[in-house]
Formats: sequence, C-alpha cells, structure tokens
Amino acid sequence: MTELNKVNALVQYAAQIGDNGLIIGHRMSEWCFRAPSIEMEMALMNCALDLIGQARELYTYAGEAGGEGKKEDDFAYLRDEQDFRNLLLAEVPNGDWGDTIVRLFFMSAYNKLFFTELAKSTDAELAAIGAKSLKEVTYHLRFSSEWLIRLGDGTEESHRRAQKSIDDLWAYTGELFTMTDAENLLLEDGISVDVTALKADWDELVSQILDQATLSVPTNNWAQSGSKSDGRHTEYFGYIITDMQYLQRRYPGCEW
Amino acid sequence: MTKQTTEKEWPLWEVFIRSKAGLDHKHCGSVHASDAEIALESARDVYTRRSEGISIWVVPSNAITASKPEDKESLFEPADDKIYRHPTFYDIPKGAGKM
Repeated sequence: MTELNKVNALVQYAAQIGDNGLIIGHRMSEWCFRAPSIEMEMALMNCALDLIGQARELYTYAGEAGGEGKKEDDFAYLRDEQDFRNLLLAEVPNGDWGDTIVRLFFMSAYNKLFFTELAKSTDAELAAIGAKSLKEVTYHLRFSSEWLIRLGDGTEESHRRAQKSIDDLWAYTGELFTMTDAENLLLEDGISVDVTALKADWDELVSQILDQATLSVPTNNWAQSGSKSDGRHTEYFGYIITDMQYLQRRYPGCEW
Repeated sequence: MTKQTTEKEWPLWEVFIRSKAGLDHKHCGSVHASDAEIALESARDVYTRRSEGISIWVVPSNAITASKPEDKESLFEPADDKIYRHPTFYDIPKGAGKM
C-alpha cells in the first residue's frame, strides 16, 4: 500500500464523501416506480439526484486533486468493492418505507452537521461543495424528520415498524463518527471535519425528533464498522456496484 | 400530531406557487398528503423541481367552494353584452403612453 501523504489523503477524503452520496443516492433511486405514491416517489428522486450530484462534484474534485487525470466516472464505475469507503448506513437495503425514512433521517442528520463543518474547510473547493450540499441535506432532514414523526406517532402498526427500523439500523450509526487516517492527517490543516465532535449534536438532534415521534432511542451502542476504514462492506454491497457498473464494465468507455 | 389519520386515502390539497417576488400565487396543481406540512413538502418536490417558485401555498381542496359548470349561463353570460364596463371609450392623451 502506498504511504499516506497530503495529496492521496485529499483524494481519498473527497472520494469517500462522494461514495456516501453515490451509494445512498443509488439506494434512493431504487424506489423509482416503487414508491407508495407519486408524491413520495418525486421526493425520493429529488433526494437521490441531490446526493448523486454531490458525489459527482466530489469525485470530480478527487480526480483533479490526484493529478492523474481521473474523471468522476473512474471513481463511480471503475473501482472495485474494497475501494469504496462509504458508510455502511448508506448501503444497507431500502427495506420498507420506514427503514428508508429512518436511514435517510440518520444520514441527513449527520450530513447536516457534517456539511455545516465542511463549509468551513480551509480547502476552498471542499468548502464550496459543503455550502451547496448543506442546503440540499437540510431539506432531506426536514423531509425525513416529518415522515418519521408521522410514522412514530401514527398508527399502532406504523409505530411498531418505525421503532423496529430504528433498532435495526442503530448499529450502523456508530461508524458515522469514526475517523480514518486520511481524515486525521487532513485535520491538521483544517481541511477535514472532525466527525467525532459531531456525535453529541447528532444524538441531540436524533433524540429530539424521536421524542416528537414517540419513538425510543436504542440503548445498545454496539457499532458495526469496517467500510469507511477498510472497505469491508456488508454482503449487499456487491449487488449495488454490479447493478451500477454493469454498463461501463460491459461496454468500457461507453458514453451517452 | 394529536389526531391520528385513519382514512385510507390521503386528502387532496391544491397547490399555489409564486414564481417570483411581486407576482401572485398561481394555481398549478394538486397533491395528496396526510396533512398540511407534508402537502407543502410534496408540493415543493412535485412542482418546484425546475426553479418554478419562491413561495408555496397549499389549501385543502375541500375548503374551496367552486361555481358549478351548469350555472355558467346565468353567472357569466349576462356580462357579455355590457361592453361599457370596459374602459375602452376614453381617448388616452398621447403623453400618457401605453396603458
């Protein structure tokens, strides 16, 4: 493995934030033609397009920062499973509507705090991407919070299922606040965000909404990790990139 | 939320969008939603994707009282021959320019 320096750390960092957007954006896009109503379908597709748009900007920047002439498609379509460093939370399957809303809520609460800080990065490009993305994820947070409140404080069945979604996905939230070596290196220059410092605010934000939704915050804090640090994914990940990369692998260099 | 929604179908909401400051909100369509807040978000997601608006109103469709199509003749035709109600009989001074 090549030794970490400030250049490849920046590439890794930008790509890793992009991976989050691409993978959760892809998951959202899987709801296309399957959402409970046309309104919800549009809402999820809007979120998906925001997130994939963020990935495009970050991959483009990762390519520029690396100086090897890599383009956004190289990152999205020509890397293997272990090269992706998205959060596990982004890749777990959509499940039912409750699972999808809870995942989007957990991720958006994190994204809101994360992009608020990234907008203050000493790296001008990351700061600009952070500021633009912040507006998008603020809406995602609003949308998913309102839905979670209605599911939790809705019918007996919606409450039970929303609580199950929270309990099931909780184990993936610990990874949100872990730092990679690249992040620690870039933090010295104020480029990266110290995500460990976001945990308290995230807990506060989440418990506030769960409280309104009459749902409970799980007490088991055992956390699954491995993707962000080492590219060790869930069993579901391979299927995502098989689907996503099919065209580019089958017809290399294909453009449309 | 204190009141649980038990109806199977979400109620219908009419959506009004203001395209820019100074203009009126215009009716642009409707959405189904469980309540006003969700209706507002759905309206945003369905009707402002191409920068159509800067402000949204949603109104419960059942709050709108509408005239009946079959009353058209008695309601609107009497106005057809009252051309004097249009201010078209005045000579506009040249200096006033286009009105």
